[in-house]
Amino acid sequence: MTGSTVSGATAVPRSRRSRALGRRSRAIGRLVFLGPGLAYLIVLLLVPLALILSYTVFRRDRFGGVVYEATGENFTRLLDPLYLDVIVSSLKLATIATVIALLVGYPTAYLIAQLPRKWKTIALVAIVLPFWTNFLVRVYAWIVLLSGPGLVNSALGDLGLGPFEFLYNQGTIVTGLVYSYLPLMVLPLYAAIEKLDPQLREASANLGARPARTFVSVTLPLTLPGVVTGCLFVFVPSFGNFVIPELLGGGRSIMVGNLIRDQFLKARDWPFGSTLTLALLAVLIVLLLLQAWSARRA
Amino acid sequence: MRRPRLLYVPFWMTYVFLYAPIAVLVVMSFNSGDSPYSFDGFSLKWYGELAGNAEIGKGLVNTLLVAAGSTVLATVLGTLLAVGLARYSRSKVLDAIGVLPAVLPDLVLAIGLLVFYGTVKMTLGLHSVLLAHTVFGMAFVAAVVRTRLTHADLSLEEASRDLGANAVTTFLRITLPQLAPGIAAGALLAFTLSVDEFVIAFFTAAPTEPTLPIVIYSMVRFGVTPEINALATLLLAVSFTVVIVAQRMTRLTESLS
Repeated sequence: MTGSTVSGATAVPRSRRSRALGRRSRAIGRLVFLGPGLAYLIVLLLVPLALILSYTVFRRDRFGGVVYEATGENFTRLLDPLYLDVIVSSLKLATIATVIALLVGYPTAYLIAQLPRKWKTIALVAIVLPFWTNFLVRVYAWIVLLSGPGLVNSALGDLGLGPFEFLYNQGTIVTGLVYSYLPLMVLPLYAAIEKLDPQLREASANLGARPARTFVSVTLPLTLPGVVTGCLFVFVPSFGNFVIPELLGGGRSIMVGNLIRDQFLKARDWPFGSTLTLALLAVLIVLLLLQAWSARRA
Repeated sequence: MRRPRLLYVPFWMTYVFLYAPIAVLVVMSFNSGDSPYSFDGFSLKWYGELAGNAEIGKGLVNTLLVAAGSTVLATVLGTLLAVGLARYSRSKVLDAIGVLPAVLPDLVLAIGLLVFYGTVKMTLGLHSVLLAHTVFGMAFVAAVVRTRLTHADLSLEEASRDLGANAVTTFLRITLPQLAPGIAAGALLAFTLSVDEFVIAFFTAAPTEPTLPIVIYSMVRFGVTPEINALATLLLAVSFTVVIVAQRMTRLTESLS
């Protein structure tokens, strides 16, 4: 109420009544503004998540229904090599995709940050543009390129090579993951590199450090938060993906995402599917906690 | 500043990698032949086929219905939530709940909603997808509006109250107009995300009412057809236009403010 004291005309000492009114209007404001959104999120976000959590302790009956008796069998089943292997291979594929995206994305982001202002905007928009196009269409493009009679094979055939089976292996899955999420790596890296004071690098060079040494001791440590964020942005959607392994990996259950989809849509085993979803979430939460911890240290 | 020449190799590789597959799709969409793999000559016949494809037409209508509905709902709820979180709450927990749908993996949200709809025995249809898309749309609208709120001038609202306007008038005449660009940007984001969204729609839609991404998915799974190239090219054209227009608009508002 600074305005009233300045103008003077309406300056009235705050009575107990007006304070009560203020408190009431805050309560009304809270109800009007926070109420609808939070109610929506409680019903359609928190309750669903709680349901996933609670289904993990039940088991499936013979007809695809749920037996509401507490049991720990879903969690022991998780340790079955059949499923554990899928989780491990998902971790592996998502990690490889993340590392490749980092190795490709870092130099690209570094160079974009050094470009003149006008080109910088164009280069950044060009990085984001594919990300705003339909995800399935981008995955489909790789089928056209890589499938048996596809374009890469016919080009190689003209050279007297092949044909090769490019599709339906782990390499194609990784390619699809990197292709889909590379923009999410480049953006945070760019933001971190852009903030870097160029004088620090100049100082390092003036003190006799070679470019490689400057990079390792100055540039990389200072852009590490961007590296961590970019890696998370690529790893999280890769780890839980089921479309890319399905379309480019040949439809077998090779990643957790496929396994979860199958539990819900084919096996109709909601309790075990929920347990797998919880496992997926647990891995991601551990990673987020690690990131928060590293951010606090930095 | 010095730009190490060696860096241009991964730099250009990135762009070739990002755009080569897209370029191939666009070129092949104008193919006159039936093979999706070899270019025989220029024609628009696949665009004609596409226009006559009832399944795709239905998917497109469904997608637009879901996107429009969820955008309206998400924009209203998200804007209110943003104001509420910024002005009426200091709780970190509420903040976290507000951004949770945006950071949660889509598969987890999809499974949660499928389980929820199943447990309350709600029939699936376009309404179930619409409600699901509102969950994440709202989080994105709230995030965009909140950044706008931090730039909003509080003294204008105080002046309005001091001059005798009540809370509702002040909100409608002072706060809302200041937030308008943020609300518009948030709505555009919610709409685009809904149009493109596949995973959540896949788990929460009825088989008889697929959205466009679901139709594309089943076509792609079935095999490669040149029709998808034409559809992909059209979708690319739309997204590219939207992104470039949005880019221009934000630059315009930046230069105005």
